Amino acid sequence: MLRFLLRRAGLALLVALCVSMLTFALLNITIDPALAMAGEDATDQDIQALRVAMGFDRPAHVRYLDWLQSVLQGDFGVSPYFGLPVSDLIMDRMPVTVTLGALATAFAVIIGVPLGVVAAIYPNTLIDRVSLSVAVFGQAIPNFWFSLMLIILLAVQFPIFPVSGTEGFSSFILPTIVLGTNAIPPIMRLTRTGMLDVLSSDYIRTAWAKGLQPRQVFFKHALRNAIVPVVAVAAIQAANMFGGSIVVEAVFALHGIGMLAYESIQRSDIPTMQAVILIFSLFFIGFSALSDVINAYLDPRIRVS
Amino acid sequence: MADAPFVSVSGLDIDLEVPGGRLHAVRDSSFDIALGETLCIVGESGSGKSMTALGLMGLLPSNAHRSARRLRVGNHDLLSLNRREMADLMGREMAMIFQEPMTSLNPCYTVGNQMSEMLIRHLRMGRRPALTLARDWLDRVGIPPTAGRLDQYPHQLSGGLRQRVMIAMMLMCSPKLIIADEPTTALDVTIQAQILHLLAGLQRELGITMIFITHDLGVVSRIADRVAVMYAGQIVEMGRTREILRDPQHPYTRGLLECVPAPGKTRPGAHLGTIPGTVPSLVGQLSGCGFAGRCPHAAVGCRGEIPALTVRADGRQVRCLFTPDALWSAA
Ligand SMILES: Nc1ncnc2c1ncn2[C@@H]1O[C@H](COP(=O)(O)OP(=O)(O)OP(=O)(O)O)[C@@H](O)[C@H]1O
Ligand SMILES: [Mg+2]
Repeated sequence: MLRFLLRRAGLALLVALCVSMLTFALLNITIDPALAMAGEDATDQDIQALRVAMGFDRPAHVRYLDWLQSVLQGDFGVSPYFGLPVSDLIMDRMPVTVTLGALATAFAVIIGVPLGVVAAIYPNTLIDRVSLSVAVFGQAIPNFWFSLMLIILLAVQFPIFPVSGTEGFSSFILPTIVLGTNAIPPIMRLTRTGMLDVLSSDYIRTAWAKGLQPRQVFFKHALRNAIVPVVAVAAIQAANMFGGSIVVEAVFALHGIGMLAYESIQRSDIPTMQAVILIFSLFFIGFSALSDVINAYLDPRIRVS
Repeated sequence: MADAPFVSVSGLDIDLEVPGGRLHAVRDSSFDIALGETLCIVGESGSGKSMTALGLMGLLPSNAHRSARRLRVGNHDLLSLNRREMADLMGREMAMIFQEPMTSLNPCYTVGNQMSEMLIRHLRMGRRPALTLARDWLDRVGIPPTAGRLDQYPHQLSGGLRQRVMIAMMLMCSPKLIIADEPTTALDVTIQAQILHLLAGLQRELGITMIFITHDLGVVSRIADRVAVMYAGQIVEMGRTREILRDPQHPYTRGLLECVPAPGKTRPGAHLGTIPGTVPSLVGQLSGCGFAGRCPHAAVGCRGEIPALTVRADGRQVRCLFTPDALWSAA
């Protein structure tokens, strides 16, 4: 198990390095950092002077290593648009996004997995149909519309929750529902097909033959096998939600990473963009590593092979 | 059989919903088994042997429908039990060993876990004593207790070992009836004999009533008290082992035995032979004897009605319109 963990961590590190390199290269090819920094009414001379002053005239690989070294020390540079250290911006925006991401992930798993299990235990019944409709609804509904509907209903018509902002836990509830609802359908459907598959397997027949109680058969014997692919998909959904959602953050006026990404792209704010993309990819790498570890714990066959 | 039989099955029908309609996997199957007796069920692949076993255990796939006039095991009327009461019996009073040892254990749990949960469930044992008893049982089925097998996962065991684990697991709660569905078919020939020996030994030692499904006539002659021959979902002949092997009365049984070098003196590993022709479709109703299309003795009457399973003079049951004298001379 230890070897598995070490190998998985090494792989994650390697991927992170590649992503950072790729991000750096792409951003520096598509955008001239000096031009972006100088602003619209700068002269060619100003730009050239800035280029030399900021070291943008050095070869790309030198600048990359330079940047990487600072990043490893927690220094992402200074945002030319905000005029603040990027790390401060990130630290400022991160808590909102992470809170929302964690809540939305929990919401999606808590609703999606049981719905999928129940649908598989009672296939082609009313319960199955209802949970399938929930899945279709969750997939088809646009975020901005769903957000507005919830606000109108639960914040304006019946003022149970605040319309927007980040004051207290209650202001996270509506955005959590909107963001989490997106992740319910894949989780629910995968749980359902996984369970249906497993429930017709030989070892489940054995479990019945042993006279085990239904709850032992369904939850101990079936769910553990069925949940393995769900974990992988839930991890991707989680990474997505931890990376921030521009629409949800915009509608509910939550100033998180999603909005920061939007703003930095609009202003060609390279240091901020680099940091945001790196963090986004780190979430992906981290969550996929986490899902591998969880699955290795769940299924011993993954551990050894 | 003066006493009431331990197992009594009457009029068992099992239909499966398949894309083409309703497949009649088992038709009007009836048999009794006395306490401690071994009944072997033999027949070609697809003749409904597994379905009979699963139907008795209540383990049919979800597309199956079961009906019966009587299903009794011991004092229990299986037809009147609800799911909870049935679960109390399964693994405790009646247990089953499956045809597929490679896939019948849960890959996510250790051998010790899967064995002990049964003792915890039925005998209300604690985890530790349950594990100790599980270890003793592994020893009993020829898995030395030193090897740390209790902490291993199924994928770390060979097919033979998995089947031993299954046998130990299913016998641990001392069931009175064990159904073994071709427990050795999926295993190496060398392992087959060991597993069979093990199972037969335990069955005798514990006085368990057994239903043993097999293709192997050598096995039949060694362990069966009585034999039921199945064809296309029906029992076509049933009786005491010696009589059936020496003097088969249904043309199908005779056909099976003729393929074996020396009928009645079969050795282990001697398999049922093949008979030319194909099994009739099990979807839809039979219009006559299911074997008529392949039977060398078929007459006009055979296609007109389904022969009933009738009791002959020596107590054996045969589903054929004709007696052997009419079919073949005693030469
Ligand atoms: N899950 C299922 N769905 C539909 N039909 C099935 C299913 N399982 C078995 N059958 C069909 O039911 C019939 C009886 O099958 P059964 O498994 O009882 O045969 P068997 O005598 O045990 O054969 P074998 O010796 O190959 O194990 C066969 O025609 C088979 O194709
Ligand atoms: Mg079978």
